[in-house]
Formats: sequence, C-alpha cells, structure tokens
Amino acid sequence: MSVIRLKLFICILPLLIASATAQPSHPRPPATAVPPDDGSWAMPAKNFASTRYSAMDEINVGNVKNLQVAFTFSTGVNKGHEAAPLVVGGTMYIVSPYPNILYALDLTQPGAPLKWKYEPKPEPAAQGVACCDVVNRGAAYSNGRVFFNTLDGNAIAVDATDGKEVWRVKLGDINRGETITMAPLVVKDKVLVGNSGGEYGVRGWIIALDTGSGKQIWKAYSTGPDSEVLIGSEFKPYYDSDKGKDLGVSTWPPNAWEQGGGTVWGWISYDPDLNLIYYGTANPGPWNHEQRPGDNKWTAGVFARDADTGQARWFYQFTPHDVHDWDGINELVLLDMEWKGQQRKVIARPERNAYLYLLDRETGEVLSAETFAYTNSSFGVDLKTGRLRTNPEKEPKLNRTIRDICPTAPGAKDWNPSAYSERTGLLYIPHNNLCMDVQTMEANYIAGTPYVGAEVKMKPGPGGNRGEFSAWDVQGAQKRWSIKENFPVWSGALATAGNLVFYGTMEGWFKALNAETGELLWRFKTSSGIIGQPITYKGPDGHQYVAVLSGIGGWSGAIVSGDLDPRDGTAALGFVNAMADLKEATTKGGALYVFRLP
Amino acid sequence: MSFGCHSLVGLLVLLAASSGAAGRDLRVCSDPNNLPFSNEKLEGFENKIVGMIARELNATIEYTWWASRRGFVRNTLNAGLCDLIPGTVSGMDMARTTVPYYRSTYVFVTRPDATPVSSFEDPVLRTLRIGVHLIGDDGFNVPPAHALSRRGITNNVRGFSIYGDYRESDPPARLIKAVANQQIDVAIAWGPLAGYFAALESPPLRLDKVMPARDEGFPMTFPISMAVARGNEVFRREIESALSGHRAEIDAILAEYHVPRVDSFSQIARPIR
Repeated sequence: MSVIRLKLFICILPLLIASATAQPSHPRPPATAVPPDDGSWAMPAKNFASTRYSAMDEINVGNVKNLQVAFTFSTGVNKGHEAAPLVVGGTMYIVSPYPNILYALDLTQPGAPLKWKYEPKPEPAAQGVACCDVVNRGAAYSNGRVFFNTLDGNAIAVDATDGKEVWRVKLGDINRGETITMAPLVVKDKVLVGNSGGEYGVRGWIIALDTGSGKQIWKAYSTGPDSEVLIGSEFKPYYDSDKGKDLGVSTWPPNAWEQGGGTVWGWISYDPDLNLIYYGTANPGPWNHEQRPGDNKWTAGVFARDADTGQARWFYQFTPHDVHDWDGINELVLLDMEWKGQQRKVIARPERNAYLYLLDRETGEVLSAETFAYTNSSFGVDLKTGRLRTNPEKEPKLNRTIRDICPTAPGAKDWNPSAYSERTGLLYIPHNNLCMDVQTMEANYIAGTPYVGAEVKMKPGPGGNRGEFSAWDVQGAQKRWSIKENFPVWSGALATAGNLVFYGTMEGWFKALNAETGELLWRFKTSSGIIGQPITYKGPDGHQYVAVLSGIGGWSGAIVSGDLDPRDGTAALGFVNAMADLKEATTKGGALYVFRLP
Repeated sequence: MSFGCHSLVGLLVLLAASSGAAGRDLRVCSDPNNLPFSNEKLEGFENKIVGMIARELNATIEYTWWASRRGFVRNTLNAGLCDLIPGTVSGMDMARTTVPYYRSTYVFVTRPDATPVSSFEDPVLRTLRIGVHLIGDDGFNVPPAHALSRRGITNNVRGFSIYGDYRESDPPARLIKAVANQQIDVAIAWGPLAGYFAALESPPLRLDKVMPARDEGFPMTFPISMAVARGNEVFRREIESALSGHRAEIDAILAEYHVPRVDSFSQIARPIR
C-alpha cells in the first residue's frame, strides 16, 4: 500500500512544481497598461489595468508574520476613509474625507513627517448633500502634480513638490445636489472626473480636463441625446438592445433623462493599445422604477470611450431598468487571456448583481457571467442577448412586504475594489453577503412635503456572515476559496508577488493571507474600522512597505461615523439595521498605518 | 424670481424673542429657505407658531438653519443642535412627534380658466401635462406620483426636484409657478405649499383636493406635528400644551397662509373645493 502511494506522489510532484512555476494559462494584464514595477503607487488602482498588484516580494508568505508598524499618521478627520495613499519619489500623498485635506508625508525622514498640506476648504453645505458619508476615494499623481476632487464639486491640481495649487475648476454644483467623491484617473494629458448625487436627480457625466490648465476637453453625459452622450459613428455596441438613435432619451418617459442619474463615481480603467477608457455608470433615478418604464439608457452599465475624443465605442448594461439601486460603478480589471481557444482582451468585473462578468473589451460581448455571491433576484445572464434574467418576485414593490431580497441595495459588492494576481490567476474580491426585507411603508417628510417610503431592513445573507473575501479563478470562472467576515468587507484588496493578499475589516483588522490558499498569515488591529484601499511601495531605503488608511464610515459604516441611532434600523437607507453592533466593534477616527519587516 | 444667497447648512442665528428677558432657550432647527414653512427672515407660518410657543414658554428662540434634505433630522435634532423641529409628519420614525396640530392634503393645482381636476380617475390626466415633486428616496416619491404610475400615467408627467436649485428662493415652489407660467397644465402638490403660492398668483390658481384620499394604501392626507428628540418627554408635553392652548391663534396663522385643511382640529379651517 505504502509503496504504491509513494510512487504516485513522486509521479505527481514534478507536475505540481511545473504548473506552479510555469503558470502557462493565467490571464495577464496588457503590458502597456502595467509598466515594470518601480515600487511607486501613483494611482489608486496601481496601474491602468486596475490590478492593484505589486511585483515586489520582499514581504512574502515566509516572513509576513514579522510585519510591524513603521509609522502612523492621524488625518484629524472622523469620517469614512476610503482613499488609497499614493507614493511617488519619497513622498506619500493622502487625501482625507471632507474637508478633503491633501497631506504630503516625507518618507525620506524618520517617522515620515508632514512635508506640506493643502486645504481646499470645500463648502460646508456639501456635507448635507452627500448621500451616505462624506468620503473621498483618492488622488492621482502624474508628471509632478497631484490631482483630486472635493466633495463640493471641484477638481484640483496641486504641485507635488510644494503643495501649491496649480489650478482648480468647479465642475459640480451642490445647490443642485451634485458632489464628487471619486478618484480621478490621468490618461496622457487628460484628467478624467465624474460626478455623484444620483439621489438628487443629478444627470451623470464624465469630463476630460487638460492636465496643464484644467480646461474641459470633452464631456460625456450618461443620459440624453446621442450628441451629449458622445455617441456617433464609432459607436458599435455588441447587443441589439443598445443599437438605435438617442436611446438615452427614448428609453425613458419624456424628459425623465434630464434628471436620470447614471452618475460616474467609481473606477476608470484604460487600455493604451486600444486607446479606450472604461468606466461604469450608476443607477437610474430619482423616479421609482414604475415611473420610468424602459431600459433607462445609459445607466447601470459600462462605457468604452476613445480617450482622446470621448466618443463612445460600445456600451453594455449590466442591469437594464434597475430596480435595486445597483450603481454600475465597480472596478474593471483589464486582462488578456485565452477563451475557448482564442486569445481575447477582456474585462473582469465583479458586479453588484452578484455576477462576475468577463467582457470582451474590444466589442462589449459578454463571454461569461457566473455568480460570485448569493443572489435570488436573478437567474443568470442570457449570453445571446446579454440581458440579465431578473426574478420579478424579488423586485421591490410599492406598498407590499417582500422578504429576503438578495443582494441588497449596495449589491453583492460595492465600490471597494478587488485585486488581481497574475501569479495566482485569482481575482480577490472583497464583498457583501446581505439580504433585505422591504416592509410596510413609513411616513417621511422632506422640505415641507410628506410622503411614504419603504422600510428597508438589511440583514446577513445565507450563512449568517455579512461579509466575504473571495478568491475567484478568472480562467476557470469559479470561486477557489473564500473567507467569511462578520461585517461587510468594505475595504479594497491588494495582491503582491510575495504571494500575499491584503485587506481590512470593519472591526479594524488589517490582514495578510496566503494568496494561493487563503490562509491567514498575519493581522494587525488598527484604531478604527478599515474601509480604505491598501497599497504597497518601495521606500527610499529600498525596502518594501504596506500602507492603509483606517477610519470607519462610508455607507455601511455611517452608523459609527455619522452617529446614527442603532434603534433606527432604516437609517442610511436601511443599512443601519444590519450594522447595529458595529458601534460596539469600533469607533471613528482616521489614521494612516504603514508596515514593514523588522 | 429673486435669487437670494442661501447657505444650505450650519448658519446659526441667535434671536431674542419678543417676550424679552427669558430664562430659557428654545432651540429650533429650520430650513432657512422654504416658504411657506420657514425662512431666515422668519416669514414662514412655522416661524410664527414657534414665536407663539416661545412667548408661552417665556423663552428666547435660537434658530439653527439647515436645508431640509436627507439627513436633516439626523444632522440637526438628533445631533443635538436643537430641541425642536416645528414641522414634520406625525409618527415620523427618527424622532418623537407631538400630537398633530394640523392635517392637510395633496391638491390638484390648475389655472382658474382651465377645467378643474379633482380625481386620479379623471381621464383628462392621461393628456394633460402634469407636474409632481421628485424625492427619489430609495425609489419612493410623493404619493400622487405613485397614484399616477399605478394607472400607467408616466409619459405626460414631469418631475420637479423637491430640492430644486437652492440658490433660488423657496426651491419647491417652482412646481406651482410652472402652472402659472403654463409649463404644465396641472400640478399635484402638498397643500400648504400649493395654497401659499397659488394665492400669490394673479389671478390665484385653483386648488382641488385629490381623490381618493387614500389610493391603494398611499395616503394623500397627512397629519403634521412638531418633533422633539426621543426621550425628551417633558419638553414634548410642554410643546403640546402650548399648541393646544393656542388653537385659535394657530388656526388663524394657518388660514393667513392659505393652508388647505382636512382636519377637525379647527372650526375655522379654510374650506377648499
């Protein structure tokens, strides 16, 4: 017996080694979007392919257990910290939630002292307009300048050396409910910015500004006539439902598109070879779904646009006629891979509706859409039409109690970005496991007008855990492993060549896992819940560091950062019900944590 | 239309009540730009009623001005900035509300020369240009909007954001003005707003209360209360006592602002058609 087993083992072992080293079939990001790793971190997603993967491996599975704090820094702000720190040339840049202070820390000095800070002093009124918390998702560095946005709708360029303002342009108007929370992306000589505020009847847009002057180069709306959506002769959507003139008008009741939502508050990726940018549009609003019959183009989908002109190339709608508040703004990870015998340029997209989409990024065709989280509100995606097959029984209906709608309004996964390791071929997805009951209506009152709204109560999904951190095999289109978390996982993910993956929890744990197996190798309890995006960089001393912002808040954490009453289960749009115990698990307060090996 | 410079939040104004030397403060959170309810110049009917309460309590009024938007109660009353919100819907979940001090209804607002509308069943609603307020809170809107969409009336309905453009005076009033300037044929609006701005037009616009008064579970009439923080029971009773002790005065104020009434609190409720 034992002899036979031994023989088998010997036969298999070389195969295992070969597959572990050669990695013949892992999808890889396009080389032009992912330059050789110089140890800097100049944009929230690390690179244009949005992999959030670092080739550094000084910190690895063998030594990560020794990781220790190098230095910390208090941002002095108590709201939700969703941003990624940036590191370029011996300086770290962090942007705080409102009041959106930009700090520069000198990494060449012991303890990384403050080099300068830039205070944009946004209008206080913006706090009252932001839907869920006064967050900011980070800055972008390019060519000696740091670009970021303020809650009150300004895009700002700051000199990276001395913190002096280079230009500042007002793009949104808080008097109309328009805010900006997203991190910009710099593509060549343009900085790309989009708006927030769909709750207030804002019409979504993305704008390209000249990096030198802040002047507008192009602007594309998410609703309305083709001329304003920048749909022209180059527009070649894959599916018939996206073909036709002025669908941004005709898929709405008359004029409803003027306040139709489709804001652009999430992530942008860029393929330099195709010269296309990719970004998602948020949900339609503010009419309830019965009042806006139609597909409500071009909300809750993804646009591919020419980076220079803004002209749309294709569009795909994840959730036509959204009834769940599923903003289609999540990250878009660009990969090249073999698919059914052919080499394809794809986008991997973990979407709110619980499907992991593989889209052909040249054409917008859906190659596959498999569930990465529990859903009962749809039955899959029809690959012929690209259309989501929805479950009418789980549509929120007015004046009717509907139980166990899964996923909930923040979706199976919200804005917080996943990371892709070309070493493991796995996409690491921080996500939710939440369901909700929409119950009897309750009286409400705003601006002197009474109305009734749904009493939305979120609760843990199957299994009882509210969050999950999943490793998704992109080539095999299936989940490899996943870690259950008590609270929703609202932080970003980071993957490294040290075969590690990092993320944070809402209790404040910052964790390092074995990227192959999911084994927990190290963790550190920070001072507040983590909803930020971890990064890694090479310090001026040549060593690898890992950094993350701690500071609870955001939609899910507003119960703590916004001092919401846990008895009021419907506050923060029903999220508080699912998060009543978060107040016992953490307290508010923004701080940077940076780690290194001894 | 006048274009004032309004601050959305956070402007604190201290005012001495007319009663003079007072031993206590009456801390009130109100919208600085939302007639007929309230404004910074104290021209709203809620301002007048608060003044009356302050005299009764021998208190000095301290206003915290905050735009009435999502998070208003959380950011004002429940953040401890004030003790009283002078107008909200009775039974509202986030605070403790007093007994109602008036009840109003949604109304159809038409030009006086037009054929009046009084029922959601009126076939003319399929062709008229209709305006309603948009709230968009988790896909919920004002009850008349749901009454229309339930009947398949969506293509001729125009939404006016309840928030409007806050640089303008009283942003929700745009809906009523749209009837006067013929952008729409009929507005379906909450009574107090409709009554006040309809009366300002020349000739005044016509109001008809909507029927049915409850449509598939959606109420069209609502009782209105003041709100205090949960647990502030002594103060709530003081406010209720002041309200009930000045019933006639409150009725006169509401009548002066043309608030359509559908309650039995008052014998002098302004009749509406």
